[in-house]
Amino acid sequence: MDLRFTDAEPTAQERDLIEATVPRVEVVEHPGRVVRGGHDARSQRHLLLPALAAVQAGIGHVSEGALMEICRRLTVPPAEAYGVASFYALISTEPRPPRIAHLCDDVGCGPFGADEVIAEVQRRLGPAGASTDGSGWARSPCLGQCDRAPAAYLQRAGQEDAVVAGADVSDVDHLVAALDDHPVTAPAVTVPQQGEPGLRLLARIGSVDPTSLVDHRVHGGGEALRRALELGPDGVRAEVATANLRGRGGAAFPTAVKWDAVAAHDDPKYLICNADESEPGTFKDRVLLEGDPYRLLEAMTIAAYATGCRIGYLYVRGEYPVATRRLADAIATSRQAGLLGDDVAGAGFAFDVELRRGQGAYICGEETALMESIEGHRGEPRNKPPFPTDTGLFGRPTVVNNVETLLNVTDIVLEGGQAFAELGTRDSTGTRLFCLSGAIAVPGVYEVTYGETLGALLERAGGVTGELAAVLLGGAAGSFVTAEHLDVPLTFEATRERGLALGSGVVMPFDAGTDLGRVVARIAAFFRDETCGQCVPCRVGVVRQEEALVRYLSNGRETVELELLGDIDRAMTDASICGLGQTAASAVRSAIAQRLV
Amino acid sequence: MSRAQARATVPVTIDGRQVKAVDGERILDLARREGVPIPTLCDLEGLSVHGGCRLCLVEVGEGARLHPACGTEISEDQQIRTDSPTLRDHRRRIVELLFAEGNHVCSVCVSNGSCELQTLATETGVDHIHYELEHPRHDVDASHPLFSLDRERCVLCTRCVRVCDEIEGAAVWDITQRGGESRLVAEMDVPWGEATSCTSCGKCVQVCPTGALSRRGSATGEMRHDPQIAAFLARAREHGEWIDRPPAPNGDGPRSGPKAGGS
Repeated sequence: MDLRFTDAEPTAQERDLIEATVPRVEVVEHPGRVVRGGHDARSQRHLLLPALAAVQAGIGHVSEGALMEICRRLTVPPAEAYGVASFYALISTEPRPPRIAHLCDDVGCGPFGADEVIAEVQRRLGPAGASTDGSGWARSPCLGQCDRAPAAYLQRAGQEDAVVAGADVSDVDHLVAALDDHPVTAPAVTVPQQGEPGLRLLARIGSVDPTSLVDHRVHGGGEALRRALELGPDGVRAEVATANLRGRGGAAFPTAVKWDAVAAHDDPKYLICNADESEPGTFKDRVLLEGDPYRLLEAMTIAAYATGCRIGYLYVRGEYPVATRRLADAIATSRQAGLLGDDVAGAGFAFDVELRRGQGAYICGEETALMESIEGHRGEPRNKPPFPTDTGLFGRPTVVNNVETLLNVTDIVLEGGQAFAELGTRDSTGTRLFCLSGAIAVPGVYEVTYGETLGALLERAGGVTGELAAVLLGGAAGSFVTAEHLDVPLTFEATRERGLALGSGVVMPFDAGTDLGRVVARIAAFFRDETCGQCVPCRVGVVRQEEALVRYLSNGRETVELELLGDIDRAMTDASICGLGQTAASAVRSAIAQRLV
Repeated sequence: MSRAQARATVPVTIDGRQVKAVDGERILDLARREGVPIPTLCDLEGLSVHGGCRLCLVEVGEGARLHPACGTEISEDQQIRTDSPTLRDHRRRIVELLFAEGNHVCSVCVSNGSCELQTLATETGVDHIHYELEHPRHDVDASHPLFSLDRERCVLCTRCVRVCDEIEGAAVWDITQRGGESRLVAEMDVPWGEATSCTSCGKCVQVCPTGALSRRGSATGEMRHDPQIAAFLARAREHGEWIDRPPAPNGDGPRSGPKAGGS
């Protein structure tokens, strides 16, 4: 390939930021064109997104000069790098205010205080996108802070990014001051059930110090890895199979099947921990990442040992700055302690973890889009088959597991798969985390043994505040349910039987005073904003769905719009490449079918 | 093809008919060889698989799961159905959605009569657009001395992106933004004529299925594309054979011979 670059140059500051992310590879350059970039430079393509993110974080946008410098170093065609940069919501190729408050107006925040906050912020800072003394704001999809709504993610050039939520956002003075330059301290991670007996995934949340490897060990850290080493890789996989562990990310696929498939392949192969949690209403992984990062690294190490992967990628949502920093520290500390590296814990196997940050794209939570994103491409899902266990990251066999799924592994190896399988029901074993927010007395992450009914779970969280109108179950890609569904046991099989899905564990009740039409319209708008645009039914369908829904809601619920919505639903659900398009009509369909809107 | 034929053959069923397929080949290739028509838009022989248009969906197996024929390899004893009321419905809907997304007014289009979208509309029986038309507004990019780009007619099939990357090796084009905002751009969103990486080879124009990319100055219905150029060049490069090929219908674009293919 004969690449041509313009002579746009980065500033000294941009160059330093790029230098720190992308090691320089010898590139022989003739005026205006690279003659020999070489394999070494091209093989660093996976550093494209980290380099863009570094410039964005330092400067507040990625200029043409910075983009061109990144292209030269990685020998990436400028058109491709521009296509990647413009794909992500947190990266801007145009100058924009260096300090931006991304204000969540999604289903978990909009009806719960965000609308008032946005009106007040608009009064002070002007319309979205405008700059007032370097500060601006933008509307944001769900930020994964639903238990402390309303929430804001602060992108501040040259300073650490931060999240503020609850009273700190409702008090707009505080929000604007935080956006300016005040350091933001992360609140302690807590869960409503803290201290209750029987907790497993949440057992250490709030009690273990997430910043300390020593405290991790004091609380039993390391024992699971020791037990795994006794069991051997085949033994660990056998226990996971006996446990009947199924994925908690939404698709409920048996974990052992993935692990066995990848274990049978030769090196190189990869482990990916999908921590790109962005399903509206979901915040369980954030709590786990912020509250217990060392346990996740231990679980990843066990998974890598069982499957023979030497490299793990931990892809964490960009809007989770606290989780990112704690994970980065935990990885660095673990390397120093010999728990990651060429000889893990002196056991004679190699494993290391690379931390990657998403940059604002829901679609990158889809496993193949996530792999495209890591590889430095636009986050567009791949056709399946081939499945990642055969052809995954960099074209190699890859295990992709969600955070909650992986965390179960430490208990499974410690107590044996059989003991785990005895919890819950035959097809839904173990415990499950649910994210309760919205019109609920005590919002937060709850852990229950599979089998508890929806009604019992709501009572556990203090009950619905006000009169129950509907519950969003499973997230924006899930469905609305009503009081008629309170008896549904929250298991894979019982929800499937009723045409529902647990999805990412979202349980978001709305009271009778909420305008459900606006909630459903917000979900339609979410998919309109988050589709990657690669396949026709989804790219065009989500736009048409939102328009038809808005007309339906405002024009007296006309049948013609219903027919159109049904038509679009069929096209998206059956014909889209990935889960985003296949579920984009689910919530709208369920709301209309039950006459909630 | 000679290498493919050396591979094992396996039995599969396509539309109720038992046939022999080459292990590992795509459903689409099998169907074409067997004379079974499957509509396609983004797929083009000679280029990598995109899988975005979803027109080539076929039903596979007992559960009739939908898979794109362009990106799905056949496997032994596979049951493939290429035609059913459901598939016809989906194909018609997808073409309709494309018509609703752009400004596809055939009577004033340079590619009228040489447009794959137009042909697909006929084939899939689209005689009305049920969706509200979006009427996007984009300036025509006529900055290039030989060609022009009308984004209102672009269906984002990425054939131009792929041919420029994979065959010409210039990588002028890519898609920017995402979702409904997706747009074809040259380099970092510069006017085409200012894209220094463009070799003016015209392959993107030849493979464009609609009137989005055309020879400058074409009058309505005058543009004739030549998408088979991609397969010709890919084969020629693979086998080192540059057999004479009749010139492209417009008399421009890549000629046959060793110099084709740019650098």
